[in-house]
Amino acid sequence: MIEPAAAMLEVEDLRVRFHTRQGVIDAVRGIGFALGREKLGIVGESGSGKSMTGRAILRLVPPPGEVAAATLRFDGRDLMTLSEREMRRIRGKRISMVLQDPKFSLNPVMTIGDQIVEAYRLHTGAGKGAARRRALEMLEAVRIHDPERVYAAYPHQLSGGMGQRAMIAMMLAPEPDLLIADEPTSALDVTIQMQVLAIIDELVTSRGMGLIFISHDLNLVASFCDRVLIMYAGRIVETCRAAELHQARHPYTRGLLASLPRIDRPVAELPVLKRDPAWAV
Amino acid sequence: MPSPAILSLRELSVSFGRGADLVEAVRRLTFDVAEGEWYGLVGESGSGKSTVLRAISGLLLHWSGGMVVAGEPQRPRRTRRFHKLLQMVFQDPYGSLHPRHTVDRALSEPLAIHRIGDADRRIDRALVDVGLDPSFRYRFPHQLSGGQRQRVAIARALIVEPRILLLDEPTSALDVSVQAEILNLLRRLRGEHGLTAILVSHNLAVVAHMCERLGVMQNGEMVEEMSVGQLRAAAPQHPYTRKLLTASGGYDRQVLAAVGETA
Repeated sequence: MIEPAAAMLEVEDLRVRFHTRQGVIDAVRGIGFALGREKLGIVGESGSGKSMTGRAILRLVPPPGEVAAATLRFDGRDLMTLSEREMRRIRGKRISMVLQDPKFSLNPVMTIGDQIVEAYRLHTGAGKGAARRRALEMLEAVRIHDPERVYAAYPHQLSGGMGQRAMIAMMLAPEPDLLIADEPTSALDVTIQMQVLAIIDELVTSRGMGLIFISHDLNLVASFCDRVLIMYAGRIVETCRAAELHQARHPYTRGLLASLPRIDRPVAELPVLKRDPAWAV
Repeated sequence: MPSPAILSLRELSVSFGRGADLVEAVRRLTFDVAEGEWYGLVGESGSGKSTVLRAISGLLLHWSGGMVVAGEPQRPRRTRRFHKLLQMVFQDPYGSLHPRHTVDRALSEPLAIHRIGDADRRIDRALVDVGLDPSFRYRFPHQLSGGQRQRVAIARALIVEPRILLLDEPTSALDVSVQAEILNLLRRLRGEHGLTAILVSHNLAVVAHMCERLGVMQNGEMVEEMSVGQLRAAAPQHPYTRKLLTASGGYDRQVLAAVGETA
């Protein structure tokens, strides 16, 4: 395992479990990793537990889900033992989260500006005028060219790419130390996707933040992140440097990579992933 | 063009709304698809590519321009014979199958509509054809995975033995490993049935894998048409196509800065 020098987040033996009428479902089964000021990708297919990992860190796993961990430490504090009240001071302020589709994560009946101002004042206690200036500054930071217009706009008046930028502006306004981005660009067109990634990249790098980037897109993660965890059936099956993802060793990772059609390498038939029950053990 | 066109569009236009709200979703689109050819349509959301499929399939009635399918000029209203000739597979296998109809019922309906007999045997064969066990017949969609649902949707399209398939993002809702299975299935069926197809996708690699030629759409217009060979050689001329090609190569700060970041 490659471990970052100074870890801001330490996770050991994290488990997420759901008791359902069909029995117990183990969504995350004892994973561990550490995160420094870096871009860490978590990849895997639907159902691999990658999103649940992101939610568990913020203790946002919906009931009846249960989270257990030997260690879940952020900046020296044990997140498992914090009260709900203390967690609320972490969420948004120290660790924030961007989800896939801005259509569902923005409030449809509030203007963009009011939403950013509300969140910012809640976390920092800033005055109205200062919060407004901060909101406009953040909209500019995510390269929105006419921040005044977007500030006064409702979410439905914005395109998907614009909405996601506004979302990122809101999440980064209180200057969190860690951003968890769960498929932040999957709902966007490829060219817009690249612009949004460039914005995240710049902000994360210039502010020295940590980033957990959750995605199903191997090529994207390989090209964007520093380090990658590959999840399968609730476990981490492999960890590697993002740039070396294409030399991955685990048969699951290799199988996923091989199943992607490539523009530069035509094949008659795509190799199909043959799942080995041993991977899930 | 190797063989005569089985599908020709001449200045196809589709618009929605009127007055100040008028949106020209497709503008004077012209292209031909040869018999047996697979043609890709790529572009971003809102570029009009799905609207083109809806106009061709007869789901959309208010279009203008010329459309000839298998030698017959088409009007907005289609005949039953047309629907036997051309079938469509949609993006979301969760939304395109009736949640309270069994697989059996989903596959029986097209047979009944086209008055094709021997339903029992045909349904079994259609399921085997798409790699599903005939025991799937009495299952409901919620008892199937995404990939299995898309197989059922493909079986439903093929059961009337069409010559042309319209595929609207058939794998974009699926995991990559399942995508590979569905793309392999479509290629096998293409060989076995001699199908012609139009494949709409935002994924250039999928189009390159499945098609011989493609058209690139932007704002309702065709900005460039090329062979997959030209695409593979990275020879696209139009700046928009080049941008798509760059973006599909993954994230790269330097390249991104070079192609310009304003869309």
